Amino acid sequence: MRVGVVTFPGSLDDHDAQRAVELAGGEAVPLWHGDTDLGGVDAVVLPGGFSYGDYLRCGAIARFAPVMDVLVPAARGGLPVLGICNGFQVLCESHLLPGALVRNDHQQFACVDQRLRIERVDTAWTGDFAQDEEVTIVLKNGEGAFMADEHTLDALEGEGRVVARYLGPNPNGSRRAIAGISNERGNIVGLMPHPEHCVEEGYGPGLDGLPFFTSVLRAVVDA
Amino acid sequence: MGTVVVDVMPKQEILDPQGQAVVGALRRLGQSRFSDVRQGKRFTLQVEGEVTEEVLAAAREAAETLLSNPVIEDVVSVRELVEGEVASS
Repeated sequence: MRVGVVTFPGSLDDHDAQRAVELAGGEAVPLWHGDTDLGGVDAVVLPGGFSYGDYLRCGAIARFAPVMDVLVPAARGGLPVLGICNGFQVLCESHLLPGALVRNDHQQFACVDQRLRIERVDTAWTGDFAQDEEVTIVLKNGEGAFMADEHTLDALEGEGRVVARYLGPNPNGSRRAIAGISNERGNIVGLMPHPEHCVEEGYGPGLDGLPFFTSVLRAVVDA
Repeated sequence: MGTVVVDVMPKQEILDPQGQAVVGALRRLGQSRFSDVRQGKRFTLQVEGEVTEEVLAAAREAAETLLSNPVIEDVVSVRELVEGEVASS
C-alpha cells in the first residue's frame, strides 16, 4: 500500500507522517507541491506545518498548488485523504471539507497531550478505532479553532461527520469542541491533533495515533 | 497606472482574538474609550492602465476566491484608490 505525503514549502511534519505510514506497515511516497500527478498512490496525507508561511490565511496559498489540481478531483472521486493540522486547513480552504480554522481563542500556541473521543469509525482513517474510543494525541497549533455557521455545525452533527471531539477543557475555542471532521463518504478526514507524533514508544504520549494509519491500509485493501 | 483597494474584515459573529489583544493593549495605555477593536486586512492591487469596471470585476473575483475566505471573512469594499490617497508607504 502506497501512501503519498505532500510536502509544501513550509511543511514541517511531512517526514513524521512518512515515518508513521512506514511504522503502520505501508510504503510512504513523498509528493511535492509542484507535482502534477499523484504517482498512483492509494491514499494521501497532507501534513502539518506552515505551508507558504501561512501567508494570507493558513492553507490559502497551498490550495492553489499544482498538486492540489490533481488531488482535489481524486479526493472527490474517493481517494482517501487525511489532512493533519495545516493539512486540515488546506482541506477547508479547498472546500473539500466545510468550515475554517481560526486563531485559538486564548491567542496562544497550544502544545498539549490532548484527550479525544473518536466519534466516527466508518471513515477510511478511523476504522481501527472502537466507537467513542477515548485516546490521547498531541495537539500543537496556533490557529486550530474550528469555525462554521450553526447550520453547517448542525448538519455535521446530524450526519455523524464529527470524527473526533476534544475531551476536557476546550483547548482552542473550537465550535462544539470539534477536533476533526469528514466528508459524507468518509474518505476525506481533517484533524487538528497530530496522530503522526503518537506512533512510536518513547516519543509522545503513546501509540494512539497509529490506528489512523493502519486503518487506511486496511481500507485500501478492502476497497 | 491605477490601483484597486480591497478591504477584508473578520465576520461579526467570529471571535477576533487579535482585535481583542489590541483592545486590551489600548486599555493598558489608558485608551479605554475604545470598547472594541476588530482587525482586518487591506490589499492594494496595481494595474498598468486605468481602473475600469472590468478591472474592478476582476478584483472582486480575486477578493472572493483568494483574498478572503467567506466562511470567516467579509469583503467590505473593492474600489479604486482615490487621488492623493496613499497606497503604501
